Amino acid sequence: MASLVGSRVERKEDKRFLTGKGRYTADINLANQTYAIFVRSPHARASIKKLNIDKALKSSGVVSVLTGKEVADDKIGGLIAGWAIRSEDGTEMKCPGNPPLAKDNVNFVGDPVAIVIAESLAEAKEAAEKVEVDYKVLKAVTSTAEAMNGDTIHEGIDKNLCFDWLLGDRQKVKEAFDKADKVISIDIINNRLIPNAMEPRACVADYNAASEEITLYTTSQNPHLSRLIMSAFGNVAPEHKLRVVAPDVGGGFGSKINVYNEDIVCSWAAKKINRAIKWVAERSESFLTDIHGRDHVTHAELAVTKDGKFLGFKNETIANLGAYARVFGTVTPTYLFGPCATGVYDIPAAYTNVKAVYTNTAPVDAYRGAGRPEATYTIERLVEKASMELGIDKTELRIKNFPTAFPFKQTLVHTVDSGDYVAGMEKAKQMADYKGFETRRRESEAKGKLRGIGVTSYFEACGIAPSAAVMSLGCGVGLWESAEVRFNPTGQVTVYTGSHSHGQSHQTTFAQIAADELGVPIENIDIVHGDTDKGTFGMGTYGSRSLAVGGIAIVNACKKIVEKGKRVTAKMLEANPEDVEFKDGEFIVSKSNKKKTIGEVAFACYLPGVRDEMKSPLPEGDEPGLKETSFYDPSNFSFPAGTHIAEVEIDPETGHVKLEKYTACDDFGRIINPMVVEGQVHGGLAQGIGQALYENAEYDETGQLMTGSYMDYTMPRADNFPEFNIGYTCTHATTNPLGVKGCGEAGAIAAPPTVMNAVIDALGGQEVTMPATAEKVWKACKNLKKSNSKAA
Amino acid sequence: MKEFNYHSAKDSKEASKLASSGSAFLAGGMTTIPSMKLGLATYKDLIDIKNIKKLSGIKVSGKSVTIGAATKHVEVANSKDVKKAIPSLSSLAEGIGDPQVRNRGTIGGSIANNDPSADYPSACIALNATIHTNQRKIEASKFFKGMFETALKKGELIEAVEFQIPEKSSYQKHPNPASRYAVVGVYIAKYKSDVNVAVTGAKSCVYNDKEMAKALSGNFSSSSIDGMDLDSSDMNSDIHASAEYRASLVVTQAKKAVDAC
Repeated sequence: MASLVGSRVERKEDKRFLTGKGRYTADINLANQTYAIFVRSPHARASIKKLNIDKALKSSGVVSVLTGKEVADDKIGGLIAGWAIRSEDGTEMKCPGNPPLAKDNVNFVGDPVAIVIAESLAEAKEAAEKVEVDYKVLKAVTSTAEAMNGDTIHEGIDKNLCFDWLLGDRQKVKEAFDKADKVISIDIINNRLIPNAMEPRACVADYNAASEEITLYTTSQNPHLSRLIMSAFGNVAPEHKLRVVAPDVGGGFGSKINVYNEDIVCSWAAKKINRAIKWVAERSESFLTDIHGRDHVTHAELAVTKDGKFLGFKNETIANLGAYARVFGTVTPTYLFGPCATGVYDIPAAYTNVKAVYTNTAPVDAYRGAGRPEATYTIERLVEKASMELGIDKTELRIKNFPTAFPFKQTLVHTVDSGDYVAGMEKAKQMADYKGFETRRRESEAKGKLRGIGVTSYFEACGIAPSAAVMSLGCGVGLWESAEVRFNPTGQVTVYTGSHSHGQSHQTTFAQIAADELGVPIENIDIVHGDTDKGTFGMGTYGSRSLAVGGIAIVNACKKIVEKGKRVTAKMLEANPEDVEFKDGEFIVSKSNKKKTIGEVAFACYLPGVRDEMKSPLPEGDEPGLKETSFYDPSNFSFPAGTHIAEVEIDPETGHVKLEKYTACDDFGRIINPMVVEGQVHGGLAQGIGQALYENAEYDETGQLMTGSYMDYTMPRADNFPEFNIGYTCTHATTNPLGVKGCGEAGAIAAPPTVMNAVIDALGGQEVTMPATAEKVWKACKNLKKSNSKAA
Repeated sequence: MKEFNYHSAKDSKEASKLASSGSAFLAGGMTTIPSMKLGLATYKDLIDIKNIKKLSGIKVSGKSVTIGAATKHVEVANSKDVKKAIPSLSSLAEGIGDPQVRNRGTIGGSIANNDPSADYPSACIALNATIHTNQRKIEASKFFKGMFETALKKGELIEAVEFQIPEKSSYQKHPNPASRYAVVGVYIAKYKSDVNVAVTGAKSCVYNDKEMAKALSGNFSSSSIDGMDLDSSDMNSDIHASAEYRASLVVTQAKKAVDAC
């Protein structure tokens, strides 16, 4: 049987999705359901003087109106930060309470203050307008850079500072800088983004008064984790009385990791009114209240020798947390960011200092790449600047500082198990025709255009786990993953996974893995996920972890199945288990060449007895049935890496940047399904290029979101991109049995610096902030013209 | 969205009769519907005019192209007759919004709304259009009164737009990357005796740039407007483009339009 791993198996989920048969949360309608609308703060910062719901309660069709008072009375808990970060001075981070409905203060536009529940959506909307809230508007803090100088947002949190965190050794860095021939420094802004999943958030909460169970259908990347948080911290219901189902979910990108206010409030309220409640976000609510991403202000320096050897690196960053610290809010700018700050390079001394600040803006949390795009942007902009200032070719300078031996122990945290960065660079250069750039530049010049080329070499720590590491870093839970492989008596297989697919094609790729492990046809394998009532507790999908952690759990559970199958076969064929081999779905006794198929073995496991005989096929000690579970906790992160090269052409008259070429050469370890991986790379690139050239979440000084719709927030479209030129190198991860590394975030990590390095190259080294909009680039072109005419 | 009454008018007369101070005509609904959904506009009655046959269709004569008010952008974009008579007009229609908008949005709706960044108003100004309503004919130069303001009276319904076929013409737009509306769009049309330089997106309302028109009437070459320093004091400034940048774009797009003629 040919191996399915590595082949372009068509997606099992496509038929469902492409024929409109997907079942998303908004598609779920329950008998006798009600509809919810949340009343939200129109102000970025205010105290609530009075809240009057009398008129709303009298409005047509209204079932209930609940506010922060009832939430507090029922002791419903708030939203939490999942990671505890300690400041450099040893103090614990400072997190404000974040009740699911604000009672006394609102801290960003969109902060919910009440839920209005009615018989119809229209009635809920109408009644919501009748909720009277008397706000005392306070001065908002919106600037990341100035947050520490603003008014105190949360009582007791001085300077709006959550923590002031350090990773690395300041003294060693100082010594390295003292020895340097040159110091390259840079000030950069990592612009705030809005994730914009295609499916807005939604939830349907149901309550069964007889069983006292709450069922919550919600748009989540990690239903088990949601249940845990809602139960342990939200006090909504004990875990065994709360079922969380995340059915088909239309994109997450990190924005659906969090338990949100609406999940908690709808679940709690459904029990209170003893009826089902449905809430579906409007797109404008998504803009305002989904977690946002990035938003760093950074000063970084690189100490170099005159021949381009990197000696030391420092990174001083202010990270905006928004109004509250959420699940991955505090870890994103610290442990997902700091350890990756030195990029792929061998830099003997380094530190990263992060001051995380509160502002009156939407909470900032993990968004595709989470910390690693910010880290990569900083180091790669700095390295590109170094190549300009040192006059060393940008690819040569990088190669000069690549580690060559693996495992490679980085200065800060990670030990990278495998990689071949030089091979990746050489292949990327060839794919991009790096040598031919000068000719293309001159051709552009002849047309009156400016052409630039940009390079990024990146690595990322993903496959987020391993528990020992993440718990020592401050994570509240271990981050293993679970899988359960269950045979039916007639030989089909159901794989329960704790990972969650919201576009990642697990139904296909996980089935490919199980098909290869078990020798069962892929059409006989179902992947089940997304329901806390089905399968064991699982951690969910984020940090490019599904394959490298969840996939390995499946492999391990399959291996346990095979082991049991060997014992059963041996008993059935009267052989020694050690003499039984398993290949392509058959257990073969090597000496006699007698065999049993895995289907026959499964059947025997479920019907352990032979008619008219007292003989069982089950060896002593083995129980009936064929079902195995694995909890996989890896020994290390996985480390994808690669080199990307972009070429842009700029029209100096309008400042329009045209992305002419984009080459991505990635090392994801072993690839399960190249078609799915291409999809992941394309998606990541679209979001990364979006950050570089188009997307920007902008608040005005009063805290109003200026880019709250697609009229103003530029989502990139297909015509903004060239044909992507995608290739791979492949060094297998040595830390897991499949040799896989993860591919979901690479594009979003590598593309911003790659594109910006190209833009800035075209502009003769002039800094431009992301997104490099036409107007910013036009201004830079004017400066360039001025300085050129001076030089002439 | 608040509740409203929906009417489908069978002819202009009925549509006009149904109109009141609390009503709006509904053609493609590309602005009306989103405004209602966002609560920015509420109407008691929506009077659908899409089923009025007379309002749809394209007629080309030797001198003019007449487009029915309820004709969709996609129909103008795909019309061989328009492409032949005024190719710049079909390419303008092809560049409006996205396929969904082009499949529903109409020319009448666009000019009646008179969004300062819309494309069609510039075509009306540049191509010496006459707006035919159920009551009268209005010259384009007297039709666009200000931001979202037109010469239309209550209950007055646009029936068709008649464009004069120029010797040559071109529309060049610098689109807002998010909305694809014009940050600045310049429509240049050259007639035997004069040149029009219609500019959209730059100010609160579409206008004919007399200074550039004069320069181009003398010498129809992009060199005659190159480096022109336009007054940006009354130009729009927002998060997408400053007034200064818009002023520069007006000249850049005008040059491109001349070169493309």
